[in-house]
Amino acid sequence: MRKELSFVLNGDEVLVEVEPHWTLLYLLREVLELKGSKEGCGYGECGACTVVIDGKAVNSCIFPAMEAQGRSVVTIEGILPKDGSLHPLQQSFVDHGAVQCGFCSPGMIMSAYGLLQEKADPTDEEIKESIEGNLCRCTGYVKIIEAIRSAAKGE
Amino acid sequence: MHRVCQDHRSDKIGREGGVNMELTTIGKRISKKDAPSKVTGGAAFIQDVALQGMLYGKILYSRYPHARITHIDTTRASMLAGVKAVLTGATIPSFTFGVYKDNPPLKTGKVCSLRDEVAAVAATDPDIAEAALDLIEVEYEELPAVFDPLEAMKEGAPLIHEGHVGGKEKKPTNVLNMPWRLLAGDVEGAKKEAAFVVEGTFRTQWVTHCCLGASGCVVQFDAANNLTVYSNTQIPSLAQKDFVEALGAFGLKNRKVRIIQSMIGGAFGSKLDTYAYEYIAILLAMKTRRPVKIVFTREEEFLATSPRQCTITRISQGCTKEGKLLFRDMEMILDNGAYTSWGATTPSVMMLPISSLYKVPNVKYSAKCVYTNNTYSQAMRGYGNPQATFAIESSIEELAEAAGVDPYEFRLINANEPGETTPQRFKVTTCGMKECMQEVKGRLGWNGKRREKSGRGFGMAALVHVGGGARVYKSDGCGTIIKVDDYGKVDVFTGSSDIGQGSETVIAQIVAEVLGIPIDDINVINNDTDVCPWDVGAHASRTTFVGGNSALGAAREIRRQILEAAGLALDEDPSGLDIRAGIVVAKHNNDKNIALGKVLRNMHYMPGGKMLMAEYFYDPPNENFDREFKGNLSVTYAYGAHGVEVEVDKETGQVRIINYVAAHDVGKALNPMLLEGQISGGGVMGLGYALTENMVYRDGKLMNANYLDYKMLTAKDIPPMQAVIVETDEQDGPYGAKGIGEPGLVPTAPAIANAIYDAVGVRIRDLPITAEKVLAALKAQGKEK
Repeated sequence: MRKELSFVLNGDEVLVEVEPHWTLLYLLREVLELKGSKEGCGYGECGACTVVIDGKAVNSCIFPAMEAQGRSVVTIEGILPKDGSLHPLQQSFVDHGAVQCGFCSPGMIMSAYGLLQEKADPTDEEIKESIEGNLCRCTGYVKIIEAIRSAAKGE
Repeated sequence: MHRVCQDHRSDKIGREGGVNMELTTIGKRISKKDAPSKVTGGAAFIQDVALQGMLYGKILYSRYPHARITHIDTTRASMLAGVKAVLTGATIPSFTFGVYKDNPPLKTGKVCSLRDEVAAVAATDPDIAEAALDLIEVEYEELPAVFDPLEAMKEGAPLIHEGHVGGKEKKPTNVLNMPWRLLAGDVEGAKKEAAFVVEGTFRTQWVTHCCLGASGCVVQFDAANNLTVYSNTQIPSLAQKDFVEALGAFGLKNRKVRIIQSMIGGAFGSKLDTYAYEYIAILLAMKTRRPVKIVFTREEEFLATSPRQCTITRISQGCTKEGKLLFRDMEMILDNGAYTSWGATTPSVMMLPISSLYKVPNVKYSAKCVYTNNTYSQAMRGYGNPQATFAIESSIEELAEAAGVDPYEFRLINANEPGETTPQRFKVTTCGMKECMQEVKGRLGWNGKRREKSGRGFGMAALVHVGGGARVYKSDGCGTIIKVDDYGKVDVFTGSSDIGQGSETVIAQIVAEVLGIPIDDINVINNDTDVCPWDVGAHASRTTFVGGNSALGAAREIRRQILEAAGLALDEDPSGLDIRAGIVVAKHNNDKNIALGKVLRNMHYMPGGKMLMAEYFYDPPNENFDREFKGNLSVTYAYGAHGVEVEVDKETGQVRIINYVAAHDVGKALNPMLLEGQISGGGVMGLGYALTENMVYRDGKLMNANYLDYKMLTAKDIPPMQAVIVETDEQDGPYGAKGIGEPGLVPTAPAIANAIYDAVGVRIRDLPITAEKVLAALKAQGKEK
């Protein structure tokens, strides 16, 4: 039995019919065709599906779609400036070599985006904590932490 | 980051090779070409690939690790609305795949492990496919099983493959018929001569690749039964060969197979073979006449991909009273698991450190791979080298202590050097091993033996790995095609796969450097067997070296063609021309110039027109092993040393890494930023191998098939880590480079084990080094005192 869900997605009001058992990630990827959020595990352990809801980073693969009612959801597609440039976090990931295979990158960036909403100038410890739930097998995290630090400092 | 240059040749290799010109692109921190598409979420991984009318395939795995299949009933599954096909071993053509051709895509007769594929379903929706699996009824007759390779080797152990025979008597056996044996010099004589001898047994665990992007494929037949496979394989050309063979067995002889690689969400060796799921997808697509997608869930990725195997290693080493290594004697047992993939051939690469890490004149090594009812093993970054180096470098430290020589000094005494030919006939060209060790010592503030103080200690371990390709197949080659379009943009078609390591960027840098055009004008196409040339695959740290040299050759040829064409247009001798920022200029008069695009248009539009296109196939001058497993496997070898300072909590056994330095001889850093990424990525993977990662199997069942219980390191866990680049300028490498994909994790575990010994005097010989093991060793040490 589908139910009506209305929420703000990347700044736009969205009205959509959803099944009660759908996760937010399923809604984003399979119904709304926003494929930028990745499914790495499907049970909230790897963070590849991270989106920001009302300013907080959330694993969308275990977040019921219905719970998005009335909230503001930002995905990796939503932080891209309209002028064709990259968001400072995205640019910083590119510039610092923080991307290898790239599967974790959208989720990493959204966790960092969530952090920077809360704290403009985070410490290294806070940066590490913000991406603790985002696994990366390629980079060893070193350059990801550098990229987030640099973006936060506006470098 | 710091660089050390062994200045035995000019460190400026000009575009013309030897001309002293500043490099414009090589050696620069250039960002990865595909990074913008990855950070915006636009990059399509296999999970994101969808075709019109596509079905979803799911696989039913065995309920028992060893059993006869007595009955399968798929009637109810077939009736489920949305199900388009159900396959079992009995309904598909007879076919086996794998290194030993011992593995059918769907099992008939019996199952040999819990990951054995018993049936498969294609349905219109993944949930329906999953539901259909539950409706398949399989009856089994359980058989006695064996999970420990030592047990499996015993007379009377349950046989995994009854038809597999070995030994002189050709008797059925679980020991693979691959006699890995290396002999050099006179080990027995050296044992008598040695002033000091140490012996030990070391064990390593099963670990897995943990690619964030799970394995998967989408397969599609056209009306003429030609096959397209969308795949995240790291061996497109070899996968193509496998699938052509499979189609032949499936009754579709002489059909064309095209592999299109999606973005590859990590590989690390896991995608170095073809797997049952791919053949199953092909069979389901044949049956349904529709595209079929099979993508693993995370649990499947843990259960049904092939990990790095566990090993048991007995090692003995001896030295003179001055501390010169005299011999190394090693025996190894490897758990092969139930089927044979490349894991069974890792002893070939283990031989590299065994024969050639440090100067050791007398070497003996034998290895047995043993079938068990566990999962089956595969290549993983380092290809056996980490297991061998753990034993060697732990034992080196024990030998140094026995000889009363400081372990750092002991390493210097025995370090490899340029110009050496090792007992396995490896020809060492450049070698920055000592420089790496010096970097590590200096940066750590190493002073050895700190156990009397605070539970802090230093440890080091060195490594050698192939750095100039590895001739494991008849060819170690890679092809490149370059063409230039009418607007001066350059398309580079390479066989090399980018699995995240950045090969497409490095190849673009090489071509940009040779042509004198901006890197943004270069487009690398590396994912389609219909247009890309042949390549052996992204393995053996070979892509920069082999793919890079191939690109270099093609770039030089297209440069020659461009200058010749521009010479016609400018009425100049080509030798007097140069390309600068995409414009061909006369060196003697820069006002005489023509844009690259215009050169091309001239050629296309002139009477009897011409294309400018170059191809180059590079197959390095390395050697296959001979029957004694000797020969110069790689054109050059990569060296390195890792050092670590640890603090061990004597109350809990907890090991804290205080500082970590990884120094690598890379030949020449073509792109230091990407290179550091390889070193720290490998280093952190190595830390996990050393300290936390362990696939826990109980009676063949993986108990921790998820990221919660399988402990990959997170950002919170990583210590301060310095990646140090040591340059030795390798003559045969593209612009001096060696391969560096795998070495980063090779010496990590022994460096940490050695640091723990330095800190608290206990030696852990069994990976991973958990707090429990350290504490137990500390307690045992207390009782001894």
